[in-house]
Amino acid sequence: MSKLLVSTSVNGDPQQFLCDPDTTLLDALREEMGLTGSKEGCGSGDCGACTVMLDGRMVCSCLVLAPEVEGRQVTTIEGVAEGSRLHPIQRKFLEHGALQCGFCTPGFIVAAKALLDRNPDPSESEVRYWLAGNLCRCTGYDKIVRAVLDAAAELRQDRRAVA
Amino acid sequence: MNAPAEKKLFRLVGTRPIRPDGIEKVTGKAIYGPDFVAPNMLQGAILRSPHPHARIRGIDTSKAEVLPGVKAIVTGADFPELDSAMVAGGEAPANIKYMARKCMATDKVVFDGHPVAAVAATSATIAEAAIQLIEVDYEVLPHVIDIEDALRPDAPILHDDLFTQGLPELPTTPSNAAMRVEVRRGDAARALSEAAAVFSGRFTLRPVHQGYIEPHACVASWHADGQAQIWCSTQGHFTVRALTAGILGMEIADIRVVPLEIGGGFGGKTTVYLEPVAVLLSRKAGRPVRLAMKRDDVFRATGPAPGAVIDIRLGAGADGTISGAEVEFKYTGGGFPGAHEVYAGLHCTMSYYNVPDAHIVGWNVLSNIPTVHAYRAPGAPQVNFAVESAMDELARRLGIDPIDIRLRNIARPGDTGGMGMPHGAIGYAETLEAAKAHPHYSAPLGPNQARGVACGSWGNYGGPSTAAVSVAEDGSILVTEGNPDIGGSRASMAIMAAETLGIAYEKVRVVVADTSSIGYSMGTGGSRTTFATGKAVIQAAEAVIAILRERAAKQWNVAAGEVQWGGGEAVHGDRRLSLGQIAAASGTTGGPISAQAAIDPHDYLPGFGVHICDTEVDRETGQVSIVRYTALQDVGRAIHADYVEGQIQGGAVQGIGWALNEAYVYNQAGLLDNPGFLDYRMPVASDMPMIDAVMIEVPNPAHPYGVKGVGETPIVPPLAAVANAVSGAIGIRMCDLPITPDRVYGLLLAAE
Ligand code: FES
Ligand code: FES
Repeated sequence: MSKLLVSTSVNGDPQQFLCDPDTTLLDALREEMGLTGSKEGCGSGDCGACTVMLDGRMVCSCLVLAPEVEGRQVTTIEGVAEGSRLHPIQRKFLEHGALQCGFCTPGFIVAAKALLDRNPDPSESEVRYWLAGNLCRCTGYDKIVRAVLDAAAELRQDRRAVA
Repeated sequence: MNAPAEKKLFRLVGTRPIRPDGIEKVTGKAIYGPDFVAPNMLQGAILRSPHPHARIRGIDTSKAEVLPGVKAIVTGADFPELDSAMVAGGEAPANIKYMARKCMATDKVVFDGHPVAAVAATSATIAEAAIQLIEVDYEVLPHVIDIEDALRPDAPILHDDLFTQGLPELPTTPSNAAMRVEVRRGDAARALSEAAAVFSGRFTLRPVHQGYIEPHACVASWHADGQAQIWCSTQGHFTVRALTAGILGMEIADIRVVPLEIGGGFGGKTTVYLEPVAVLLSRKAGRPVRLAMKRDDVFRATGPAPGAVIDIRLGAGADGTISGAEVEFKYTGGGFPGAHEVYAGLHCTMSYYNVPDAHIVGWNVLSNIPTVHAYRAPGAPQVNFAVESAMDELARRLGIDPIDIRLRNIARPGDTGGMGMPHGAIGYAETLEAAKAHPHYSAPLGPNQARGVACGSWGNYGGPSTAAVSVAEDGSILVTEGNPDIGGSRASMAIMAAETLGIAYEKVRVVVADTSSIGYSMGTGGSRTTFATGKAVIQAAEAVIAILRERAAKQWNVAAGEVQWGGGEAVHGDRRLSLGQIAAASGTTGGPISAQAAIDPHDYLPGFGVHICDTEVDRETGQVSIVRYTALQDVGRAIHADYVEGQIQGGAVQGIGWALNEAYVYNQAGLLDNPGFLDYRMPVASDMPMIDAVMIEVPNPAHPYGVKGVGETPIVPPLAAVANAVSGAIGIRMCDLPITPDRVYGLLLAAE
C-alpha cells in the first residue's frame, strides 16, 4: 500500500503528512503529528474522546479518514488555548473540578466550545443533549455541565463588555 | 455544592483550589497510557481466542515469522513454568500462576478474547497482519456462562485441578465453584421463625464493566543486562512491578515502572494484562514495544465486576427491628480462581446494621467469561442491592418510613458490627438524619414518579504508603509520592502538606514518582490514598518542620526546643525566620532539608452513604428516567471538597448505570455480544439530572485532618435506591438488574 501525502491546516498552521489511505484522522493526529491531546476511547464514534473541529464542524476524528482533511482546517484541543492563555471553558473546567482522570476532558472541551460558538446561552438540558456524545465515566457529568454553563455566562459578559 | 460546616478549623483543608496537574489536562498535554512513545519503538498486537472454551492443540507461527517487519512473536510457551504462589500486589494477594495464564493462555483458553499469542512489528498494520497469519489448532470444548449453569453436575468444568475451597472437607471431584465463604452468628433460622414480617426473594445481576474511557496500554523496554522499564497507565505501578516480576521470574528491583497519567480505573487497573507480554516481546526483539488494547479487547478480556444470584430472607419485629437474616450469594468469578469479591461481599452484607442472628454464605463460581476484577467497592453493591431491597419491602409491609426503619437498626459508635469489632467514630445515624431532613426527601412527586432510598457502606482501607517532602533552596516544597493521581489526589496531598507546614497551597508541588524513585506504596484503590498516603505526607511534613526548627535554632544560637513553628515560620520570642530564609541558609546550617515517611496505617474507618432517588416510569415504553438524585455520605472530612463531591457524583452515576442499563450479554456461542460503548450503554449527560452530593463530616480521629476515604461507598447504594423507586412507581418488586425498558414493559404487561 503506498502512502498518500496530505496537505492540511491544523490549529492554524500548515501541515503535511504521509498516511495510508485507511488511516483515521485520529491516528494521523496522534501518531504522525504527535498531537496526543485527542484521545481514543472507542474508535467507533461512541465516546467523543477524539472530538475535533473540521472546517468549524464538530466531528469524531476516529470516524474521519485522514486523506479527507486535504485542504481543510482542523482544530484540536491543542488549538483551544491562545498560547498560554486558557480559553474560558478550560478555566471553568479547572475552577469547577470538572475533571477527575481527565481522559475525556479534551473531547468535552472541544465539544463545549462548538456548542458555545453557535449557542451562547444554552439551557442545562441543551448542554446535556449537546454533550450526550461524550462519555465521562468519572464525574457523573454534574460539574462538567456546571462548568460549561458558567463558561457560557462569562463569555456572554465578555461579549457585552466588547459591544 | 455544600461547604463543610467546620471550614474555619483549617486554612486549606476543605477548600477548592485548582489541581496542580490541571492545566496539562485541559490543554491536552498530559501523557496517558496510550500516548507514550519510546524511541525506536515497535508496535505490538495480540491474537485472542475466538472461542469461550477450547484446548490448544498447537500454535503455528511460521507464516507470521517470515512476514517482513515482524520482530518478535510470543506464546504461552515463552512464559516460565510457574507453581501456584501468592504474590502481594493489587487489592489482595494474587495467585501468580493464574495471573500469568490470564495474560497468555497455555494449554487452554477459558474465555472469548483470551490472549493466545502476541507479535511485535515495525508498524501496527504489520503487527495486525501478522497475528492473522498465526494458526491455532483448537479443540473446541462445551462452554458455560451463567452461575446456575456452571454449578450443574453436568456442567463443563473449566479446571480439572480445581476443588472447591471452604467446604468442611476437601471434595474429590473438581468443580466450577472455586470457593465458599461463610459467617454465622446467633440462630438466624429461629429468629426468622419468630419475626413479625419476613421478606424472601431472589435477586440477580449481570456482570458489568468498570468502563474507564482509557483502554489499557503500555510500552516495555528490555535491556541486555536483564533489567526492564515499563511505562503504563495503572492504579498501582508497584503492583505492576511485583506481578510482572513474579510472572517472568525477575528480580523486583530489575523492573522500573513509570506511571503515566491514568484515564480512569475504578479498580480495573490494579492488575496486569499487557505488561509481562510486552516485556517478553521486547526481550525477543531488542527494542521497546507498545501494546495497546482496543475497546472491544477491554470489554472481552479485562475484568468485569461479578454478576450475581442472591437469595435473601430478612425478618423484622413489628417495630421494624431486624431480627434475623439468611443470605446466600453466588458471584461470577470468570475464567480463573482468585476473585476476592466474595470476601468483601461477606464483610459488607449488612455491616452497618445491628443483626445479631445472621447466616451469610458466599460462593465464587467460575465460568467462561474474563476473570472478574475489582470494580469500585468490589463485591459490595451486588449483595447490598438484595439487602436494601429487602429492607424496603419490610418497611412497606410494616408501614414504617424507609429512613426510620434504617435508623432503628443502624450501627452506632460502640455497637459491635458483623465482624465482632466495635464501631469507632462512624456517622451512619447522622447521615440518615441528614437524609431525612433534606428537602428532597419531602418534596412532592409528579405522576408516575416514585422515590427510593437505600444505604450502603464500604470498609475503606489504609495500608503501606511512602512519601517524601523536600524543601527547595528558595523554600518552595516538593512532595514525592507513589500513588497515581486518578481523580485529584495531587491536589489533596498539596493541601495536606501546605496545611501542615503553614504555607500557601501554591508553594507545594506534587510528583508521582516511579518505582525506582520512591519506596513502596500500595496502589490507588480501596479508598485508601487520601487516608494512608495523606498520612505519610503529613508525617514527612512534620519531620521537615522538626528539621526547620533545628536549623532556625542554629541560626539563632538557641536550643531547638525553644523554637516554635507556626504560620510557615520558625518563631522564637519576637524573632521570626520564614521557610524561605531557613532554606536559603541551609548550606551553612547542615545541608539539604528533606524527610520521608514510610508507614502502614490500619486505623481507617468505614464510609457510609444514603441515596435518595426519584424515578419516572413511562408506562407505554417501560423507560425509566432519573428525575432527581441526592447522595449523602459520611466522608470523615473532605480535603478538596470538589473532588470529594466528584467521587460521590461519579460513583452514584456508575451505580445508576448498573441499575438501569449496563450488562454483559453473551450469545449462544459464548461470545460477548456487546463489546462496545454503543451496545454496552453507560450513562450519558442527557440521561442524568444534577447529582446533589451532600458531605456529612464525622471526622476520623486517627487522621490528622479526619479523612475516612470516599471513593467506593457511593456506588453501593444506587442499585437499590433506583430499584426501590421503580418498584414503588409500578408496584412490582424489581429483583433483576438492569431495569431495562423491555423488562419493565414486560412486567407491566404481565401484571395487567
Ligand atoms: S474514539 Fe472517537 S468517538 Fe470514541
Ligand atoms: S474525567 Fe475521567 S472519564 Fe471524564
